Order: sequence, then structure tokens, then C-alpha cells
Amino acid sequence: MAQYASILFSMILVNNFVLVKFLGICPFLGVSKRFSSAIGMGAAVTVVMVLAIAVTWPLQQLLVAWDLEYLQTIAFILVIATLVQLLEMVLKRFVPPLHKALGVFLPLITTNCAVLGVATLTVSEGYTYLESLVAGLGAGLGFLLAMVIFSGVRRRVDEANPPEAFRGMPITLISAAITAMSLMGFSGVVEHLFGT
Amino acid sequence: MANQSTGAARTISAGHTFAKGLLAENPALRQMLGLCPTLAVTTAVFNGLGMGLATTFVLVCSELAVSLLRKVIPSSVRIPAFITIIASFVTITMMLVKAYLPALDESLGIYLPLIVVNCIVLGRAEMFASKHGPALSVLDGLGMGLGFTGSLILMSAVRELLGAGTLCGIQVMPSFVEPMLIMLTPAGGFAVLGVLIAASVWLEGRGKGGAGESSDGRPKVSPESLCAACPLNCGVNDPNRATCASADLGVRLDTALQAADEAVEATAAEVMAQKEERDA
Repeated sequence: MAQYASILFSMILVNNFVLVKFLGICPFLGVSKRFSSAIGMGAAVTVVMVLAIAVTWPLQQLLVAWDLEYLQTIAFILVIATLVQLLEMVLKRFVPPLHKALGVFLPLITTNCAVLGVATLTVSEGYTYLESLVAGLGAGLGFLLAMVIFSGVRRRVDEANPPEAFRGMPITLISAAITAMSLMGFSGVVEHLFGT
Repeated sequence: MANQSTGAARTISAGHTFAKGLLAENPALRQMLGLCPTLAVTTAVFNGLGMGLATTFVLVCSELAVSLLRKVIPSSVRIPAFITIIASFVTITMMLVKAYLPALDESLGIYLPLIVVNCIVLGRAEMFASKHGPALSVLDGLGMGLGFTGSLILMSAVRELLGAGTLCGIQVMPSFVEPMLIMLTPAGGFAVLGVLIAASVWLEGRGKGGAGESSDGRPKVSPESLCAACPLNCGVNDPNRATCASADLGVRLDTALQAADEAVEATAAEVMAQKEERDA
């Protein structure tokens, strides 16, 4: 049990996908302007990450069994793209309220590097199926956390009046740097808590 | 003679195609595409250079392939087709790096396969290669790739120099200067990129007399410009995308390229006419 908790919390806090591993920077900077869209995007990414892991992990075992590991990148990106399309159709047909809440974010996730990143990462870390699913959940929740925190920071930054050249993207990146600093405090904490 | 004149006319457009990626439309610092690798691997110049060259290779090859296949691929499935083409070249790159530069493979880690989802590559395939011939597309890929490599080197040089006191692994800073370790952390990455983008906005503003503002008074580098060249709009969920600065950039870019291509064709036709006249 401890190792799952350790993976979950280290993915959320220590190896946060956005602020430490720099995966999914585009949606992080693009969609974090409003709190509601930050939540929606974060939730959609979390769902897609767990589903993607659920599919890509068995797929990787097949590729290994057939000696086709070099096809990993192509297979993963195509499977993830198909999965996202399928998820959108299923949600639209069977759960319209959820589709209304998450639907707009799904097409944006297809080529989100965080999703392919977590699929590749679990393979290179050699996690078991359950560990991989937990890692996917942790990565998604970490993304959600970063989005929510940063949407609050953005609201303040947008009202600030920085030097002309820093307006827009530069000041946003510098506030992201300060937000990233806050997560540095967690390094080592998870290891001590769960003794791994 | 005829060939030479056509060649000269082509060079103007070709030169523009190549050069625009280096500075004016630098993918990382001006268009703000491909920020994930720009931030992630730039802790040492060696890594930045390796990542830049790997991306350049993928860009050039996939633009060439997309350009050659642009009349065969049905437009409704073009994005999946482009992704498959790009993923194939990324796989080739990964194999090459693994075989010949194992140290680089080690330090780039999962960011090497993630070139597949780099907005620059898909963006150029969609915006340029699917509309232009193979030669121009290769030049465009080369320009954009080298521009990207340049900004990665710049970024990693700043971070390596300040964070470790070295450049390409050689001690540069005098020993009494303490290395600023924060530069090598993720926070340092965000901060250095922010300052570099601000510097490029400031330099452009000085060059033009204005302070980097477009005609409607909005700063050129706005959050909305993020990933907009990416055909899948990865992340930018602005309902007013039609009005944002980046959509405008895309339209202007396309008009400029179209004009350049028309100029090439007009010159070629003129030269052919002259040649026929002489022959007659």
C-alpha cells in the first residue's frame, strides 16, 4: 500500500508534471486564465491520463511480446488520439452533462505532451499495471493542482502593471517560476513519509 | 541562362523561407511553440544542442514527407496522417541517438519521444509543408529547426553559466563566483525563459521605435499567442480566437508566403517567355 501512496504523492508534489517536469506547458499557460476552465482542463487531463495508461500499459506488454518495442511512440500516440476521440463520442452520447463540462477540453488533449509523457514514463520506470494507474492518477491530479494554483496567481498578475517588455507571456513565466519554487519545498518529504 | 534567373528569383523567396525561422518568427522565443523541451532539457549546452538538432532532423524530414504526400493525403484525415509521419521520424531519431550518442539519450530521457507532440513540428507540417513544394518545405524546416536550436543553446548557455559556472562542461566562471543552483532547477528555467522573451520583445520594440505593441495597442507577445500555430490549438481555449493576435499572425504569414510564391512563378513565366522569344 505504501508504495502506491508514495507514487501518488510524489507524482503530485515532488515530480509535479507541469512545474517540475515541464510537461503540458501549453495548456498550463493557455487555459489557466480562469478558475473554471483550469478545473475543467485539469479534470479532463486526469481522466484521459488514467484511461491512456489503462490502454497503453497492456499495449506495451504486447509490443514487448512481439519484439516491436521500437513502435512504442507511434502506437502510443495513435492509441491516445483514438481514445480521446472515442471518449468524447461516448460522453456526448451517454453522459451529456459531463460532456458539456469536459467536452471542449478533450480535443485539446490529443497532442498534449503530458499524456504521452506519463505513458512513456511508466514504461521507462518499469511500473506494474496498478502502479502505472496510480502514477497516471497522480500525474493528472498534480496537473490539476498546478492549474488551480496558477489560475489564482494569474488573476493577481493580470491586474499588475509590469514594465512594457514583460507584459503578457514574460511576466506569466516569471510568476510560474515563483510558483514552481513553492513546490521545491516538497522534495524529500514524500520519501520520508512513506519510507521508500 | 533561364535556369540561373529562375534560380536567383527562387533564392529570394527561399532565403526568406529559411531566414524567417531564425529570428523574426523564431519558434521558441517569438511564436512560443515547443516550450516543454525549451524549459526541460536546457540545463546544459550539450543537451540543448542535442535536443535542437534532433528536433531539426524531425522537422526537415517530416516537412519533406508531408510536402511530397500533400496531394495524396485527404484533408479530413490529414492530422492523424501528419502525426504518424512525424512519429515515424521521431522513432528513427530515437534509434540513431540511442545507437551513436547514448549519453545524450540518457540525459534527454522521455523528452526525446515527446518531439512527436512538439507543436512546432505539427504546426509547420500543417501551416507550411501541406501547402508548399518539397524544396521550400525543407528550407522552412531547416530555418525553423535551427532557430529553435539557437534559442535552446542561448537558453542552456545562460542556465549552465549561471547555474554551474561552466559552458559545454568547461569551467568559465572564476572560482570565487558561487554557482547559482536555482538556475538549474525548474524555477530557474521558467525565469530565464521569461527574461529572454522579454528581452526579445524589448529588442524588437527598439528596432521599430514602438515598445513591441501591435497596431491595436496590444502587446505582441500575449498569452493568446501560445500554441496558436498548432493546428490542434493544444491548450489555447480562447472563445475569441478569431480576434487574437496569433490568428492574425497566421493569416499574415500565409499571405506573405503566397505572395512570395506568386512572385517566383511570375518570374519563371517571364524567363520562359524570354527564352522562347530568343529561340524563335
